[in-house]
Amino acid sequence: MSLVELSDISKRFGAVEVLKGISLTLEKGEIVAVIGRSGSGKSTMLRCINGLEKVQSGRIVVDGIDVTAPGADLNLLRQRAGMVFQSYNLFPHLSVERNVMLALRLVRKLDTAAAREVAREVVAKVGLADKLLAYPDELSGGQQQRVAIARSLAMQPTLMLFDEITSALDPELVGEVLRVLEGVAREGMTMMLVTHEMNFAKNVADRVIFMHEGRIHEDGPARETLIEPRTAELRSFLSAVLH
Amino acid sequence: MIREFGSVDVIYLIASARWTVLLALTAMVGGGLLGVIVAVLRVAPFKPFNWLAIGYINLIQGTPLLGQLFVFFFGLPLIGLSVDAWTAAALSLSIYASAFFGEIWRGSLQSVSQRQWEAGAALGLTYSQRLGHVVLPQAIRISIAPTVGFLVQLVKNTSLTALIGFVELTRASQIISGATFAPLPVYLTAAAIYFVICFSLSQLARMLERRLHVAR
Repeated sequence: MSLVELSDISKRFGAVEVLKGISLTLEKGEIVAVIGRSGSGKSTMLRCINGLEKVQSGRIVVDGIDVTAPGADLNLLRQRAGMVFQSYNLFPHLSVERNVMLALRLVRKLDTAAAREVAREVVAKVGLADKLLAYPDELSGGQQQRVAIARSLAMQPTLMLFDEITSALDPELVGEVLRVLEGVAREGMTMMLVTHEMNFAKNVADRVIFMHEGRIHEDGPARETLIEPRTAELRSFLSAVLH
Repeated sequence: MIREFGSVDVIYLIASARWTVLLALTAMVGGGLLGVIVAVLRVAPFKPFNWLAIGYINLIQGTPLLGQLFVFFFGLPLIGLSVDAWTAAALSLSIYASAFFGEIWRGSLQSVSQRQWEAGAALGLTYSQRLGHVVLPQAIRISIAPTVGFLVQLVKNTSLTALIGFVELTRASQIISGATFAPLPVYLTAAAIYFVICFSLSQLARMLERRLHVAR
């Protein structure tokens, strides 16, 4: 069974149809880059997968949990499907360490000492061991985003969703975040990333999904799809981003 | 017989200021409890509750406190409930405070970004965990300054209760002023006492803000 299965999902915001019948499957260990113009529905699709947005029709199953079923245990789902946002969304009132520890204590029910140990481990992994006691506003955007990744990894999810996580960063800070992502990828994490970093998609992702006007327009191996797009829409999109 | 304004009078004024403080404290606690209810009704996902809260807030904020005091002090006896000046003062100041606290706290809660709720959700936190560990701590920090700002107003507004004969700092000043015929030193002394109370409050707020990392 696939780790993620989307069957014919539709999503509307008022009168605007954002997703028009999306179907896809994601296997364990796969790294999928989702690309497309803004408004093509990429982020919305990602947010539907962990239940932050409700779909109007269709079915989403993640790691055996039917997200679209009424009364689905979304909190359990979200422990398995971690998500990192464009705007980092660290908790500003908590230090780096406590940002990571919060869900470990409340959701995974670890005691403080155990949670602290996990926090130190994952924060060191993203190269910020010296910032454990710093507050988010004392960190650069790139550092904040690395903490956000660590916070999500600490929950040991089976799947990670990344929603344009480098789009809000100054150009010189993008590299450090992408390097952390590559590290996560090397460890075999199943990843779905909405991204505008075409080189990253080409070099790290196994597969690329191009979304266009609420539909999956192309879906194929990363390298080939990006080097030799089959459709005119993807060609024109790529020439626009790569100018 | 007219006597000199002296240290005895200053001590009497300071002593009567305890009623000012006590009244403000009572209104703070009473208004605080009521204010939480107002804030909850104001945001509850049930329209009639919202209307009720909005109506209440507009009614209280849109009428003078003095009028509200008179309603309780002179109005309640008309329906057979006899109230003394303290009860009327405590009741009306509590109600007055609740309308303001309710709005201040609702605003503080809603000024915490929706993204913070989402970040909590994305980590698998339940609704009450998101509220209690992510949103409320931030909302409380945001609310400190406006809450204390209103408390300072509340302390000064207790002086209106002098008009229904409650002997707090202002009423005491009127009495001393009448006895000594020295209104300027009397009221200057009273003003100084009000200032000490209010200034301490704002210093306390600054200390709290610093300790709680409000900027964060």
